[in-house]
Formats: sequence, structure tokens, C-alpha cells
Amino acid sequence: MEHVIYNQLSYPILTYTVFLPVAGALLLLFMRNATLIRLTTLIVTVAAFIISLPLLSNFDKTSYKMQFVEKHEWIPSWGINYFIGIDGISILFIFLTTLLSVLCVLVSWKAIETKAKEFHIAILILEAGMLGVFVALDFFLFYIFWEAMLIPMFLLIGVWGGQQRVYAAIKFFLYTLAGSVLMLVGIVVLYFKGGNTLDILTLSSVRYPLQLQLWLFMAFFAAFAVKVPMFPFHTWLPDAHTEAPTAGSVVLAGVLLKMGAYGFLRFSIPMFPDATRFFMKPILILSVVGIIYGALVCLAQKDLKRLIAYSSVSHMGFVTLGIFAMNSQGVEGGILQMLNHGVITGALFLMIGIIYERTHTRQISDYGGFAGLTPWYAGFFMILTFASIGLPGMNGFIGEFLILFGAFKAQKVMGVLAATGVILGAGYMLWLYQRVFFEKTNPDWTSGHHHVRDLNLREVITLVPLIALIFWIGFYPDVCLSYMHSSVEHLIENMNTSAYAGKDGLLARHIMESF
Amino acid sequence: MDTTSKLFDLIPVLPELTMMSVALVLLLLDLIVKKKEVIALVGIAGALVAFYGTCKLYGLTEPQSVFANMFVLDGYSNFFKLIFYLNVILTICISLKYMAVEKASLGEYYALLFFATTGMMIMASAADLIVLYLGLELMALSTYILAGFVRKQPRSNEAALKYFFLGAFSSAFLLYGISLTYGLTGTTNLKEIAVALQTLNITGSPIVFLGVIFFIVAFGFKIALVPFHMWAPDVYEGAPTSITAFMSVGPKAAGFAVMGRVLFDAFGGLQVQWSSILIPVAVITMAVGSIIALAQTNIKRMLAYSSIAHAGYMLLGVISGTPGGLTSTVNYLMIYALMNMGAFAVVIMLRREGFQGENLEDYMGLAKGHPLASALMLIFMFSLTGIPPTAGFIGKFYVFMEAIRAGHTSLAVIAVMFSVISAFFYLRVVMYMYMKDPKEEVVLTTSNSMNFALAVTAVMVILLGVFPSLLLDLVRSSILG
Repeated sequence: MEHVIYNQLSYPILTYTVFLPVAGALLLLFMRNATLIRLTTLIVTVAAFIISLPLLSNFDKTSYKMQFVEKHEWIPSWGINYFIGIDGISILFIFLTTLLSVLCVLVSWKAIETKAKEFHIAILILEAGMLGVFVALDFFLFYIFWEAMLIPMFLLIGVWGGQQRVYAAIKFFLYTLAGSVLMLVGIVVLYFKGGNTLDILTLSSVRYPLQLQLWLFMAFFAAFAVKVPMFPFHTWLPDAHTEAPTAGSVVLAGVLLKMGAYGFLRFSIPMFPDATRFFMKPILILSVVGIIYGALVCLAQKDLKRLIAYSSVSHMGFVTLGIFAMNSQGVEGGILQMLNHGVITGALFLMIGIIYERTHTRQISDYGGFAGLTPWYAGFFMILTFASIGLPGMNGFIGEFLILFGAFKAQKVMGVLAATGVILGAGYMLWLYQRVFFEKTNPDWTSGHHHVRDLNLREVITLVPLIALIFWIGFYPDVCLSYMHSSVEHLIENMNTSAYAGKDGLLARHIMESF
Repeated sequence: MDTTSKLFDLIPVLPELTMMSVALVLLLLDLIVKKKEVIALVGIAGALVAFYGTCKLYGLTEPQSVFANMFVLDGYSNFFKLIFYLNVILTICISLKYMAVEKASLGEYYALLFFATTGMMIMASAADLIVLYLGLELMALSTYILAGFVRKQPRSNEAALKYFFLGAFSSAFLLYGISLTYGLTGTTNLKEIAVALQTLNITGSPIVFLGVIFFIVAFGFKIALVPFHMWAPDVYEGAPTSITAFMSVGPKAAGFAVMGRVLFDAFGGLQVQWSSILIPVAVITMAVGSIIALAQTNIKRMLAYSSIAHAGYMLLGVISGTPGGLTSTVNYLMIYALMNMGAFAVVIMLRREGFQGENLEDYMGLAKGHPLASALMLIFMFSLTGIPPTAGFIGKFYVFMEAIRAGHTSLAVIAVMFSVISAFFYLRVVMYMYMKDPKEEVVLTTSNSMNFALAVTAVMVILLGVFPSLLLDLVRSSILG
């Protein structure tokens, strides 16, 4: 097949990366000692990270095609294959997932005391599921990974979470499941309309009738919009993020939220270009509403973690805004911002987890004066605050700039409105910083056994890779952007070859006629 | 006919003969042997012999019709027999210790399991309405007794009586359907009915349709389709748990076997008509099963409603009216047998002397003291929900696929939405086990045979979820040829 580049390496690198965590999880089943379990999990996640690195160096940046492809027969009677590969859109998420998984293990070292074995098994299975979603090129395989991920995440939130964990876990599960099963029906319909195959590349090359595109777009939208989450499908997110243990929040914010946007890029846009064009404006509007609404709600939060959770709604609004601006700047900015958000918000949740271990409170009003108490912590938090706001020189700036650039090009009004989100973002983040690190010190934290320690070495090691990425991408964004150029270009080109490119009126009329 | 050809005729029924002889041997063995383990072991060995026979008969490529075309041996019936063997063997495994705890460990118990299974096997192979009725009654009468096997428990008695009355009622419907059909076509042979409907040109006759409705009602009772499900929750709750497990798989599968056979073979010409009846039945079955299960606090009742909901999903395959659709239903039945048996096995483990262990609260904090049992229950619950990578997902995916292939996309959408609703009550079990603190120390009643049953079901549920081809190829080659 000329559409894909078969694995350039001598060993099945993607399979190793995806299934190493599963093997690790199986190994953990036979262990009893908690320290040994932690150590093994750390080694496995680090190994997965190291194994995934050759992907970055061997990736052919000039090609939009799927690379490192492996294809084996799996369920021949349904024509389903074990078909995996990555392109410029997915490669960075592999890297992000393997990196964040290592950090999750590190940050949970002391925080998880009960059922350590189950916790680490869940983390490893989750990692495999997330990697699987990004590499799957067969819809059936994709859906298996997509859904299988729910089980460990449900347990992570429900077993090791905060006060309201059970409610949050069930809400998370049911919300995502409801979206996913509609996608499942969509997938089966595609199977029949696209020629009895679930090969994502083949299905992407078929141009479906308008009406079918609309229905399928909506079915897929149900799954992806919940996952992103787009306003107004976001209500599970604050609960899940807030109640999850630190590692769960990091994975949720860092990787899980990216899957929705990834789904739009991988499925909705290439498969249903005309429907995408039709729904572009409403989605842009929802994105902008999400940006502003999320930011405003952040201003009203009393809970540290909930504030960061709502900021995700705002930031992910930027991502969908960029993607559905449908020009190369917007899409590239959107992908980059997905990565950025994973790094920054992931790091912020790590920070909150670290301080919560010491203070056992998430109420912003309980804090104050921490700049004096924990200067290192304050310094790291400062960097993350600025990165989140989008200060030039840091990665957040590049992403938001490209997105706004793309949005202006597509719809001026949207660009202007979205830009206000940046200002609100600066507002809530700086105010948060002020309330936590300056102002009066709460006397509880200076006295006796409550005395708050600054960061220890393990915690610094956890944070440094992310901080380094923030500046690296901030100063030299091409390190990420160069991977996605050809794939994004191909995506946009595919959109523009549609018969309705630039003819919104004609499209609307034909859609009306098709019903 | 000379003797040799008659003997030859017996070969296709050898598995049934084996099962029947095992039942008789077990009855007699009970008089000599005191240890129930021996009886159970002999039973399992007998079932394995019959299983071996069925495997051998699988080798016959052509369907075999014997006893003047009243009994047929084909891939379809063979595959159902595999489900029945699995069902009876697993039931014996989970019964051994449990029946002793219930103080109802009698040899007849095992004999009755075999009589019931023989009945199911005859149903699966029935090519004639009379044989079908014969098998159905053999199965039904045995299970009535089994449901009331714990004689000293009022609720067990109630279960048996309820099951008997409503079962007798459904048998009457079946006989009515048979007599109507016979009156119109002059035959009770399924294939000949189809021919007669064609040649007499009475496919559109309302009386024929009425006959079909009577069949659906009668089979609907056995499968527990809404609105013929009233008996299920009470009987499932009152019967000994091992029998609940047995009933939720065996008679349901047998019901689907005869439903598929009668609707496809005899009334294939009325496919549009019976589909149009089954569609609303499937929808309300899924709805009632999923929604009422939400309110249950007794896990046996909850699983009863869950079993009703699953019958609704299975019906989707029948509704599509294609051999492929029927295949998906049969595939679902096999997977359901595995995961449901596994779930009931865990329920049974909680039962010990002086402790029912049937309330959801009894599962609180189970993961703390019994991580392995909880992990298994977790697998079964997610499989029943239909979350990959478990076999439950494969079962659901296949029936949805066939429903959509037949053009019932909106029905598939309704089905997936109900499966989301049903996710809640399965998750609740997981939640109780993993996310609550234990009230009191739970002691599990385990035995080797129980561990065996759990291991088999759990491994199969995961294995078939990851490598569905193992089952798919078998079921497809059995039914589609």
C-alpha cells in the first residue's frame, strides 16, 4: 500500500510501546511489596518512555503518511486488522503520554498508601489504553482502547479520589460512555457504507453522501465533544478533575482531554469534510463560549483544583477554536496547544498534588504567604502561571498566538472574542497566585508539626522535565511544529478539495435538499 | 426399515442418549454413594463424554435428519449443545459446596440438571413441533423442581410454584400455536410448514399470524421477554442461586434456539410480520430490564433484571431476520453464559451458613479482604456492561452490527443508550466493592470446583474479548456453514 510507510525499524516499536505497560501490569499481579511495586512501575514507565524516543528521531517529517505501520490480521471474519501507525498529528501525543505516565508514578510515590498494587496496575493499563488510542488505525481497535481506558480511570477516581469521588467517578463514566456508544453506532454504519472495512485510512478516502456525513458527524461529535470537553458537555470535568487523585488529574488533563480533539482531527474532519464545514460556525461559537465561560467560572472558584479544572474548559476551547478555524495556523496551533495544555495543566495538577500532601486542603482561602514558606515551590508555580497565561517565551504563547491568528483569518469576530479569554486567563491565574503565595500567611502552616516543607528532590525531578519543555517549545516551537506540518497540510488540502470549499451557501442548500 | 438403519439413526442422538443415561445413572448412584462429590464428578465426566460426542458429530458436514425428519443435527443445534454442556458443567461446579450450605445436597439435584439439559438439547435439535414441545416440557418440569429444591425455604417454594404456574400457562400458549399451525398447514414439521404456507398461499392469513404470535408468547416466557417476564425476578430471587445461574443461561438459550428455528425455518416467509412484533418487544425488554434493575438492592434480583435486559439485546439479532443476525444472537448467548455464570459464582461465594450475602451492602469493601474475588467480579460486571476488552463487548458489537446491517439503525441507537443506563447498576456493584469501607468481615465460601468455574469463566471472558475470532469462527462456521 502506498498510503502508509511500514515500520522503518527492525522491531515493532509501536507494539512494544503500547503493550509494555500491559506486560508490566501483569507482572505487578505477582508482587506484594509496595515499594517493589512502585519501583517496577517506575521502571516500566521509564522503559516505555525510552522505547518511544526512537519514534521521534526516526520520524520522516516530510511525509504526511502513516509511519511505523504494523498490520496483522486480527478478526478476519469481520475484516478487522491489528493496524497501528502514527503520523505528524499523533506522534507528539505518544511522547506526551509516556512522559506524563512516568511523572504520575513519581508523584504518587507517597500519596497512594492504600491498595498500591491496584493503583499501579490501573496506571499502567491506562497508559496502554491512551497510547493505543493514538496509534490505532483500525476503528475497532481504536474503540477498544478508547473504552477500555474508562475502566482504570473510573477506578482511579472512585477508589483513590477525594470526598465526592464516587459521584465524580460514576458521572465521568456514564457521560463518556453515553458519548462513546453513539460513536459506536456511527462506526458500524461507516463499516457498511465504507465497504465492509474498519480501516481508518480506507474509510477516510471515501466521500460520503451529505446527509450521512451530517448524521455521522453528530454521532462522533457526541463522543468527542464530551471528551474534550466542549461547552455545554463539560459538566463531568470539574467533578472528575477535582476528585481524582493527583496522578488521575494529571492524566485526565494531560492526555484524556486530548483524545476528543484528536478524534476530531483524525476522524471527523477527514471523513466528513462537508459536514465539518457545515458545523464549523456553531462549533467555533461553542468554543468561544467555552473559552469565556470557563475563564469566568474560574474567577469564582474557591477550590484550587476546581479552578484549574475549569481553566481546562477555557484552554480546550482554544484548541477546538484552532482546529475548526480550518487553516494551517489554527490547526497547528490547536495541536500544539493540546500538547502545551497537557504539559502546563499536567504540571499545575502535580503542583497542587504536592502542596495538598502537606496541607490537606484545597481551599484557596486556607493558603496565603506561601512565597515565604516555600520559595522553590512558589518559583515553579510562577513559571507555570505565566506559561498558562501565555507569556512570550513560553509554550502557551506560541499555541494561543497561532490559534488566534488562525481564528482571525477564519472569523474575525471569533478571534476578537477569544482574545478576551487570554485577558481573563491572566486575571484568574494571577489572582490565584496572589491569594496563595502573597497576602497574609495562615498561622497554621508555620507552627509545629504543620510546618510546610518546600519541594524535595523527587518532586523537583518530577517537575523539571515539564518546565524544560515549556521553555523549549516557547523559544523554539519548530521542535514540535516541524513534526506536524505535512500532516496538517494534507488535512487542510483534503478539506479544500471538497466541492463546497468556499461555497457555504451552496452547501447549506444541498443539505436542505438532502432531507 | 431394517435394524441397521435404525441403529444408524441413533448416532445423531448419541449425545442426548448419553446425557439421559447419565441422569439415570446419577439417580441410582445416589442410592449407593454417600459423597455428593462423586456424583458430581460422574456427572461432569458424563457431560464431557457427551461433549466429545458432539465434537465428533461436528465433523459431519451435512445436516442429519432422523426419526422421520423430526430431529435434526446441524451446526446450529451442535453449537447450542456446547452452550448447554458449558452451562451444566459450570452449574455443577458452583453447586457443590453451595447446596451443602443450603442443606439441600441431594443426588437428585444433579440428575435433574441432566434431565433439564437433555430437554434443552432436544429443543435445539427439534425439527418438528411435537419434538420441540417434548424437549421443552422435559426441560421445564425439571427446572420447576430445581427452583424449589431448598424445600424448607418458603421463597424457594414460592419460586417453584410461580415458575410452574406461569410455565404451564406458556405451554398452553405453545400448544395453541402448534394446533393452529397444524390446523392450517396439516403438518407439524417445521420445513413442511414453510412449504405448506407457500403452496397453500396463506402466508398473509391472520390465523397464521396469530399462530406466530402464540409461539412468540410461549418462547418469550422462557426467554423472559417483557411483558412475559413477570415470573423472572421472583423465581430468580427465590431459587437456589446455582439454579438461578443455570436458569438464566440454559432455558434462555434453549428458548432462543427454538425461537430461531421456528421463526426462521417455519415462518421465514413472515419475517417482516414477526420482526414488527419483536421490535417493540425488544425495546420494552431492554427498557424494563435496564431501568428496574437500577432500583434493586438484592443482587440476585438485579441480575434477574439484567438478564431480562440482555434478552432484549439478543433479540436484536433475531429481529434482523438474517442468518447472520441469528449467528450474532447465538454468539451473544455463549458469551452471556460465560459472564453470567461467573457473576453468579461470585454471588454464591458470599453465601455461607447464617449469611445470605445477597444484598448489595454485603459487597461493601469486598476488595479490601478479597482482592481476587473482587477483581473477578469487576471483570464480569464490566463484561455485562459491554466494555471492551471483555467478551461482553464483542457480543453486543456483533448484534448491533447485524441490526444495523438489516437497517435497524435507530433500534441500535436505542439499544446502546439502554446499555449506558444499565452501566450504572453494574458499576454500582464495583463501587460497593472498591469504593466503600467494609461493614463487617466477609468470609467467602470457596472450593476447588468453584475456583475452577471462576477461572474458566474469567479467562474466557478476557480471552474472547481480546481474540474474538476464537469464538466467532466457530459460531459462524456452525450456523452459516
